[in-house]
Amino acid sequence: MIPASFEYRRAGSVDEALGWLAEDPDGTKLLAGGHSLLPLMKLRLATPAVLVDIGRVPDLSYVTDAGDHVAIGALTRHRDVEVSDVARAEVPLLSHVAGQVGDPQVRHRGTIGGSLAHGDPASDLPAAVLALGATLVVQGPGGTRDVAADDFFRGFLETAVGPDEMLVEIKVPKARGGWAFQKFNRRAQDWAIVGVAAVVDANGSGGRVALVNMGSTTVRARGTEEALASGADAADAAARAADGLEPPSDLHASAEYRRHLATVLVRRAIEEATAGRA
Amino acid sequence: MSATVTDGVLAGGSDIVGTRMLRREDPALLSGEARFVDDLVVPGALHMAVVRSPYAHARVASVDLSAALAMPGVLAAFSGADLSGEWASPMPCAWPVTSDMQSPAHYPLATSEVCYVGDAVAVVVAASSSEAQDAAGAVAVSYEELPAAVDLEDAAGDRVLAHTGSPSNRAYTWELIPDADAVERAFATAAVTISERYVQQRLIPAAMETRGVCVVPQPFGGEFTVYSSTQIPHILRTMLGMTVGVPEGRIRVVAPSVGGGFGSKLDVYAEELLCLALARRLRRPVRWKEERTEAALATIQGRGQVQEIDLAADEHGRLLAVRVRLLADMGAYLQLVTPGVPLLGAFLYHGVYDVPAYSFTCTGVFTNKTPTDAYRGAGRPEATYAIERAIETLARRIGSDPAEVRRRNFIGRDRFPYASVAGLVFDSGNYDAALDAALELAGYDELRAEQARRRAEGDPKLLGIGLSSYVEMCGLAPSRVLASLNYVAGGWEAATVRMLPTGKVQVVTGASPHGQGHVTSWSMIIADKLGVAPDDVDVLHSDTAVSPMGLDTYGSRSLSVGGTAIALAADRVVEKAKLLAAYRLEVAPEDLDLAGGEFSVRGSPSRSIALGTLAFEAFTAHDLPEGMEPNLEASATFDPTNFTFPFGTHVAVVEVDTETGRVDLTRYFAVDDCGNQINPLIVEGQVHGGIAQGVGQALWEAAEYDEAGNPLTTTFADYLVPAATELPSFTLAHTVTPSPSNPLGVKGIGEAGTIASTPAVVNAVIDAMAHLGVTEIEMPATPERVWRSLRAAAHRTTEGAR
Repeated sequence: MIPASFEYRRAGSVDEALGWLAEDPDGTKLLAGGHSLLPLMKLRLATPAVLVDIGRVPDLSYVTDAGDHVAIGALTRHRDVEVSDVARAEVPLLSHVAGQVGDPQVRHRGTIGGSLAHGDPASDLPAAVLALGATLVVQGPGGTRDVAADDFFRGFLETAVGPDEMLVEIKVPKARGGWAFQKFNRRAQDWAIVGVAAVVDANGSGGRVALVNMGSTTVRARGTEEALASGADAADAAARAADGLEPPSDLHASAEYRRHLATVLVRRAIEEATAGRA
Repeated sequence: MSATVTDGVLAGGSDIVGTRMLRREDPALLSGEARFVDDLVVPGALHMAVVRSPYAHARVASVDLSAALAMPGVLAAFSGADLSGEWASPMPCAWPVTSDMQSPAHYPLATSEVCYVGDAVAVVVAASSSEAQDAAGAVAVSYEELPAAVDLEDAAGDRVLAHTGSPSNRAYTWELIPDADAVERAFATAAVTISERYVQQRLIPAAMETRGVCVVPQPFGGEFTVYSSTQIPHILRTMLGMTVGVPEGRIRVVAPSVGGGFGSKLDVYAEELLCLALARRLRRPVRWKEERTEAALATIQGRGQVQEIDLAADEHGRLLAVRVRLLADMGAYLQLVTPGVPLLGAFLYHGVYDVPAYSFTCTGVFTNKTPTDAYRGAGRPEATYAIERAIETLARRIGSDPAEVRRRNFIGRDRFPYASVAGLVFDSGNYDAALDAALELAGYDELRAEQARRRAEGDPKLLGIGLSSYVEMCGLAPSRVLASLNYVAGGWEAATVRMLPTGKVQVVTGASPHGQGHVTSWSMIIADKLGVAPDDVDVLHSDTAVSPMGLDTYGSRSLSVGGTAIALAADRVVEKAKLLAAYRLEVAPEDLDLAGGEFSVRGSPSRSIALGTLAFEAFTAHDLPEGMEPNLEASATFDPTNFTFPFGTHVAVVEVDTETGRVDLTRYFAVDDCGNQINPLIVEGQVHGGIAQGVGQALWEAAEYDEAGNPLTTTFADYLVPAATELPSFTLAHTVTPSPSNPLGVKGIGEAGTIASTPAVVNAVIDAMAHLGVTEIEMPATPERVWRSLRAAAHRTTEGAR
């Protein structure tokens, strides 16, 4: 439980952090809330040579109404997303999911940017931003670029954020339809065995459904979405929840059981989202 | 000794005993003032890190320490061969259960063969713990991997040997078969027989504080002070002396605040021996603190059995015989009481039922896994689980309500003391009363109606109601009984009560608390005995220099054995004080009454003298009766003549989501009878924690290994201990049937919750699905297992309909 030795630097600005990243992109890790990185370091599964603490970089913690979307700073803690009036009013799925992450200690330390950039398919927030069709703003030596959530999660613990870049903002379109989040875990504080974030279009013509822990990345339930778009009811759409997916088998659940759970939870999510709209 | 307490603590007139006094221990624990081993500041202490085998079974080809020795801060590093001269004997197993028991020699560091993942092969000593850990990673050990015996039943067949060179994986076979013919006859003629197989998965004790040890050579006299997070400072002192070859009297063992043990610290561990040997060798304090992941490898685990239980019954479900065969997973080595743990349940597989014929056989088997040993309940939860699961199967078989079948078989209230078929004498009991109270508390009939309603309506959330009626044997233990079981020590407990010149009281106990609240309970007993405030009582414990005689804390023994010793010692103080009071008041001792800390003359209460005054006079010794020694102090040692037999009935209510297999424990009712209660608040706390721990086994916890013997549950993300969020509020009630086996009438409550709750919850899970054809579920009852059981039952139904 003691990490390997590393050099610690505290960044005062995004530029300073990016400058240090550029010096040794592969040996340097950014530290925000530390709730994913530090456990890996304590288990010595991660041994960065340099840790750049961005926790005190100013002006990266906010939830603001930006007209057609809500803009959220990457260092905003889960708890602040959970209780933000703007988030609750305009992107209620996201604020609800932020309130389901881990336990209160995790939610008061962990940041939305850290959770998304970690790219863990078992995390809840990636599914929420995927279902909401968010855009992620990534800053690097050449400036900032926008990445659609659909293009952000590339592989297990791998995202579109390059080794010399950092995630700075999440733009979440204001949601107009019904929504629901289903999290199935064995204890309240655990990662989801399977989770579902669903957004159903206001006119009832379809929706976006994203799944937690159903593959090597956060994924959309494309089969379900297609069925919804062609007018299927919740049960029929949910039956296709695991179409084309290869969920993991681990200590807590087999792939077969995850596939089954996905169909049950997606059905419940669609029913709940639809009921919420009425 | 046999003794009676002259002023029965609970025979009326108790002011403090029986009240819900807040625990005196808690302010220090809650404020962080309590000091645990790792909090001790020991100038100049060196930190030890242990290099452990990553293989379940391997030959150690070579150990290269050179890179580690070159690391910053490193003072020394040793392989097993380097330290082989330090040991006077192998690590101790105090319970050779049979004369032919096989016990492979077990040394703190392996030299040629490692037998489980976590087996220690080398140590590094450095100026800081982080430097020691970094250097431990630089020790280069060359292994030649060997096939591993992992699965218990497979290991029992000797396909792969857990220790090369041993003739078999069998450690022992132990039988309790009073009348084999009677058992055979019963099964041959019974109207109903059932045969069940249950798996008791391995559990990680997961005390809040991991283990730790710090050994400090004393500057004068060649002595050692051993600070250890242990339940057994006295036993540890003796074993350290025998194993490391230091005269016992030169070792002082101190258990500072200890953050839980649950049996896992009722042991003598390699790290304790290593720190002592290294402190002796290096003449420096040496300390070690266990990592949480290390605890999943190097601290003993609990349970680990495959149980086969057969019941024979008549057509009404009246039991005629119980037959049990166990395979018990010893792990790689026999620790302090490893082989005896399953046998603590050997006498209780007929549970609370009057059974005429009985057969018990247990085979202990070595595997290439972490050693097992005592874990909360130790043998008795396993026994209770088997009989309480099987009795519900019997009830289903004959189509009777499980409560009714239990009632038909209970040992009747008028049968106590009850000589059991297994050879115990149950001193007291009233099982019907506890069952009745539990059913009423739970609203059993309403629950059954609700269950039927949900089934009729096709509700996807089914209701399950599970019962568990238990009896345990506590108060370990009568020394003569231990002798008959080949245990190498006795079961007494010692105490001293000392009145100081100021009238304050010191109590010295041989019990060693690590969360139980002894300080509170002992001071409550003394408060009533001597008429002082509980806060005026200091309880000294867990330091062999202060409390040289004792047998420590385990097996729900502290109150019934240690608490009785306290009461007896206090009576002796009162007896002496009474002689002094009679002398001062110039009356006969028989004419004096003690109340509220004052002796007064019967009939003329104005003539009185306070116990505190007498304490001062006994201290000055200016004017004592002829022949009386100064000071008011007395010691007592209590060796019980029988175990105590707590009992009760628990009722668990679960909801099973048939779509996902999820089980929610929604309500829990417990009626326990631990005899007289010193502090009901402490009783309830023990029951709460015990229930949670037992429910953990039923629904969440399992120490898992892969086929090669690699442990898979080494963090709390994978080994799931339930938290408050997973548990409902428990509804508790009690019946009070005082134990005649000790003068306090107490029994012990530390393990009852764990013993009762596991079968209650699993019975509830099966009960929810029984109408669908589900009859078995392996523990823990994970959502996937429940889902698969439902699916398999549905498949059987479909097949059957064809």
